[in-house]
Formats: sequence, C-alpha cells, structure tokens
Amino acid sequence: MAPKDTLSSVADPTARRERSAHHQAPRKSPAPASKSASKKSATGTGKLSRKALVAINFASVAAGLGAWAIVSSAGIVGLPGPGEVLIRGGELLADGTLAEDTGASLARVLSGFLIGSLLAVPVGFLMGWYQIGRAIIEPWVQFFRTIPPLALLPLVMVTMGIGETPKIFVIFLAAFLSCVISTYQGVVSVDKTLINAARVLGANSMVIFRRVVVPASSPFILVGMRIGLGAGWATVVAAELLAAPNGLGMRMQQAQQFYDMPTILVNVIVIGILGLLMDRLLLMIEAHLTRWQERR
Amino acid sequence: MTTTTQNAMIRFENLRKEFTLSGTTFTALNGVNLDIADGEFVTVVGPSGCGKSTMLNAAAGLLDPSSGRVMVDDREVDGPSTRTGVIFQQYALFPWLTVRKNVEFGLELKKFPAKERRVIVDHYLELVGLTRFADALPKELSGGMKQRCAIARAYAVNPEILLMDEPFGALDALTRVHMQEQLLETWTKERRTVMFVTHDVDESVFLASRVIVMAARPGRIFKEIKIDLPYPRTEEMRLSDEFTRLRAQVWEAVYHQPGVAEAHQ
Repeated sequence: MAPKDTLSSVADPTARRERSAHHQAPRKSPAPASKSASKKSATGTGKLSRKALVAINFASVAAGLGAWAIVSSAGIVGLPGPGEVLIRGGELLADGTLAEDTGASLARVLSGFLIGSLLAVPVGFLMGWYQIGRAIIEPWVQFFRTIPPLALLPLVMVTMGIGETPKIFVIFLAAFLSCVISTYQGVVSVDKTLINAARVLGANSMVIFRRVVVPASSPFILVGMRIGLGAGWATVVAAELLAAPNGLGMRMQQAQQFYDMPTILVNVIVIGILGLLMDRLLLMIEAHLTRWQERR
Repeated sequence: MTTTTQNAMIRFENLRKEFTLSGTTFTALNGVNLDIADGEFVTVVGPSGCGKSTMLNAAAGLLDPSSGRVMVDDREVDGPSTRTGVIFQQYALFPWLTVRKNVEFGLELKKFPAKERRVIVDHYLELVGLTRFADALPKELSGGMKQRCAIARAYAVNPEILLMDEPFGALDALTRVHMQEQLLETWTKERRTVMFVTHDVDESVFLASRVIVMAARPGRIFKEIKIDLPYPRTEEMRLSDEFTRLRAQVWEAVYHQPGVAEAHQ
C-alpha cells in the first residue's frame, strides 16, 4: 500500500506521473509512446511480454505464500500458517463478523473521504483562483499537512467523544488535506495559453472557470482523491485500534488481547486487499476520465 | 515610413509597452505606428526580443499598452473580442475536447443552435482537411494537424481579423511549407485581415503582401517591405528571382540592422 509515501509527496505534481507509471508498470509495458501501438509488443526494457510479467507476479505471490507456510510450520516466530488463517477467515465470514467489520470500516472511510474530497475541491479552487483565498487558507493547510491526522486523534476524542464522529473527522482531515493541495496545484498549473485561447473565443471568467480550469485540473483532483483515499484507509484502521465498537482495526486489537494470531492476519490481509481494490478502482476511474491526457 | 490608409482594419497608434521584471523596467515596444488594411496579409518579422508578439497580444486585447493604443475598425481595443481570432504557436487546443468540440467551442459560447454549429464546424473542418479526424482528440494529431484545427477553431467564430503568433514555429520545415500553402489557400477562399508574426524570413516573404521588420531594444518598427508578388502564391514563385531578391532584402533588414551584430556578441 502506498499511503506512507503519498502523504509526503502530496504537493508535488510530478510525483503523480511517477506514481501512476509505477502503478501501471506491472500491468502494461512501461512508458508506451502510443498506447495502441505498444500494448502487445514488449517495449521499454524490451524483453518480457505482458503475459510473462503477469506470470511472474503470480509466481512471486505463490513463492511468498510458500515461504510463509514454511516459516510457520517450522514454528520460527509462532506465526499461524496460510491454511489456518484461511480457515479462520472462513469462520469470521460465516458468523458475519468479517462483513460487519468490513462494512463499518468502509463506511467510516468512505464518509470521511467523500466529505473531505467534496470540500477540498472548492477550497482548492478558491486557493488557486483567488490570491486572497490562497493567502487566507494556505497557512492552515500547510500547518495541518505536517501533522499526521492520527496525531490529532487524542485531541479529537477529548472534544468529540469516542463515537463515530472523531474517527470520521480524522479520515476527513486526511482526505481533505491531500485533495486540497492537489486541486490547488492543478488550478495554478493550468496552461495560461488555454485561458487566453478561451478568452479570445469569447469566454468570460465564469466560462473559463467551468470549461477550462475545471477540466484542466481534473487530473490533479483525481490524483489527490486517490491519495486521500489511501490516507483515509490507513487512518481508519489505526483510529479503530484506539476505540471502536467494530471495524477491522478494532477486531485486530481485540484479537491481540486473546493472542488470536489467525484473526489478526485475516484482518491484515482483508485491509490490504480492500486498500488495493479501492486504489485500483480510483485508478481506473482516473484513467477513464483523463484519457485525453498526453502520456509520455 | 509607416503607411496610413483611410480605412485601416488594425491601427497601432504610438504604442508603447513596458514590462517590469524583478525590479528592472524594460521597454518592449516604443513608438509603434502601423496601419493594416482590411483584407491585407501582413507579416511581422524580427529578432527575438523585438516585441513582435507583444504587438500581436496588444492587438488581441490580451495585454494593455503602457501608452498609445490599438484600434480595430476604429474602435479602441480594451480586451479580447471574437472579432479578432488568435492562433498561438503552442496550438492551445483544449486537450479534453475532440477536434469537433474544439472548433465548436466559440460557437457554443455565441449560443449558436446545435444544427447551425454542426454546419459551420463541418465547413471549416473540410476547409482545413480535418473532416476525417473530427472525433479525434488533440493528442492523436500531428503538430500540423493540431495547428490546422486551431485555424479552423479561429475561423469558426467568423472573426474579421486573424492574429497569428508564430503559428508554424514548432513544425518541421516540410510541414511548415505545406502549412503556409494551405493557409494561403484558406485565406484566399475566406479572406480576413491577417497579422502574422514569425521569425522565419522565407515565411514572411511568401505569405505577405507587406513585411514589417522590427528592431529590438527597444522594440520598434525598423522597416517595411512591400511584397509585389501576386496571389495565389505558387511554388514557382518561391523559386523565382523576384522572391530571392525580396528575401535578400528582408534578410538584410532583419540580420544587418544597426546594432544587431553588437547586441549578439
């Protein structure tokens, strides 16, 4: 999962390109000059076909699982084996615990993420579009950006209690901060020539905003949302470790007290898979909405 | 030195523009007087820093003069207008819109009904030879095709004036020659007043009926050279003695201005 590096590189628009290139690398051949031309043939490093790369992906995962099985059966660190974890996963699935926890964690992260992104887009636009807006908002964003949202949890719990509100709030904050900076970057980096081109075709400020600035910054906004979702996901699990009636993080914390290793591992794996799925989903949406972009 | 016609479409009146960059003020343009007649094709050529693009942007209403003014059809320019179409060197197509949608952009803003828009867009796409690429995205086009799309987009809102800022500057030499011919063909079919900024001497002579040569520091008009070659301009003309002579004349004016040699050393 990516959230660790994403938090630090939120403000860097070039990080975007590297990241998406990195994410696509295992699936597509790296850096296709034109998508259609080089999809099938191996380009870039030039030796392996896409099929071979996918096969290597699977082989790598299988090898990892094998190593895990060996380590656990040898009893080296007291780790339960894949089979045991799979059985525990089946039990948790059957008694509805897993569904309940997943639902609770997802509900928290999605509500925080949605509120955060929805608020971040207009605020980011205000910062990018109006100098005065930027002057007012920027110090706050820059300050809170340096604080890991989780570090605010004790404060938030004292002021907001231990219900859903403080958890959703820290997720909101995590999502908001990554998305707002990205949106702002998108607005300020809109090509001035495009704005002039619209002006000479008769566009007023409102039209320029709606038909040039918004679409031109959409790739940045989507990247911000993706980073925000990753950050939110990382935050929710940790927030649940502290105090929650349910959720994947809380279940792990509870299992830890009973030395219930299989349950912990089931939740770790579910967290990883869900995080990966959400990231891929947003990546697909992003690729679809920004397919007009020139990719190098 | 500058000609004054009765009915100038574009008139630069004592135009002066200063810029301040990190505390230092420099004069981009000083005392520019120029008339461009209705339907005339004028090229502006000169060394970098001579203010030729500044002049064009002032005519486009994209920047305010420090003093003096630009008149378009006897009205002072105080902002962009759909009467003056601009074509930029970097094409400035909206990358998220298809070719058709790009050309349609200005028409939508003018609230043309959809049916009418379609007819106009089809017409100009055909004029620049992009009919087959109507649904392509800009990223799928070559540089020359992008610029043809930009020309169609500028034409579509039916401006009286076309201001072109080194439109072929980013193209390779072969494409450039082809684009010049195509531009003149388009211009012959639908005549507009054109002010075309370039740094290419050949291009300035081939396209224009009048070449304005600028000088730098401060940017000003150095010389005007009339190009007495008939339209349509042909390939033979490009190779003719008369063309060579005019080309030499413009070359001389651009590259052997008093002070140029020193400034470049």
